[in-house]
Amino acid sequence: MSKLLRRELVKELLAGRGDALVIAGLGAPAWDVTNAGDHALNFPLWGAMGGAAMIGLGLALAQPKKKVLVITGDGEMLMGLGALATIAVQAPRNLSIVVLDNERYGETGMQETHTAHGVDLARMAKAAGIAQTFMVRSQTEVSRLNKRLYAGAGSLFAQIKVDPEKLPLVLPPRDGALLKNRFRAALLGADAAHQ
Amino acid sequence: MKNIAESTWPDEVHGLLKAAQVRQVAIVPDAGHARLIKLCEKDKSMRVVRLTTEEEGVAQLAGAWLGGEKGVLLMQSSGVGNCINMLTLSIACQFPLPMLITMRGDHGEFNPAQIPMGNATQAVLEAMGVIVKRADKAEDVTEMASSTLRLAYNTYRPVALLIGQRVSGAKDFRKLTRSVPL
Repeated sequence: MSKLLRRELVKELLAGRGDALVIAGLGAPAWDVTNAGDHALNFPLWGAMGGAAMIGLGLALAQPKKKVLVITGDGEMLMGLGALATIAVQAPRNLSIVVLDNERYGETGMQETHTAHGVDLARMAKAAGIAQTFMVRSQTEVSRLNKRLYAGAGSLFAQIKVDPEKLPLVLPPRDGALLKNRFRAALLGADAAHQ
Repeated sequence: MKNIAESTWPDEVHGLLKAAQVRQVAIVPDAGHARLIKLCEKDKSMRVVRLTTEEEGVAQLAGAWLGGEKGVLLMQSSGVGNCINMLTLSIACQFPLPMLITMRGDHGEFNPAQIPMGNATQAVLEAMGVIVKRADKAEDVTEMASSTLRLAYNTYRPVALLIGQRVSGAKDFRKLTRSVPL
């Protein structure tokens, strides 16, 4: 079975986003999300390793009527595993976390992460108490996941095994204040600048 | 030393948080914050989020602000060390982040393991570019907390208030054990 290709996969996951709010973890997931189209309601990270899921939690609690999607990598998620417990306890219905798992630290020379040695993030998320968890390895499973991603039927965590391919970088803007301000203006309106 | 239960600052600071419309209260507990945490938990306008490590709170409150909500991070000084790299997020993106920090490893500390981080708390925060205020008397806490909240929200940056161990009192381990004579 050939491994899933991350760029096409992320395009497919974002095709039905509507007005969903998207956080992208640093490195390859940020490039993948930007490759699918730069968007004011994307918040791609350039740092904050281990923080993507928690940014998603704060956003999901603040915006319970919107769907929040965090797309991050296995190395990034491994750095903040405690967040799985924190999120499970808060249990926001509108938060989905997708880990693109290439089993590598892709930006630093493709060194293996723990997921290359059997660490199962989806089962860790399930054991923490996250309502819906998925291990995804095939296109059929991607299609099944896609139907649940924006359903708002309880916190969701998906670990998707992807090919460890080297791809050209597709960079989002890197001024953090710009990314924050355009996100808030798109979500909250121009008055957000006067909060 | 003034008893924590007799201090009014936790009630006053809760009032400040309410007036500022703080919605998300991210915490790793400390004895010095016990009453404030209880007040926030009882307040239906606030969501108290228990964290596994303090840096989660830095990230959470960035997300809260993206979504239009204000938050505050409550922790003890040992938790500051856990936050250092994540503070990059608040600084690089200009997220407001008020942190109310009760000091350990400070006035009258008993536990040697609290000293290194307690002693370094202010220096490492300032090295990251965080504005640090300090209150060493109970009667100063409310006013300093008010200025901390305003600085953070009005000027979009992380601001820390260190609440000295003279205010909350050092934990007396000898009173908690039967094996060591007082």
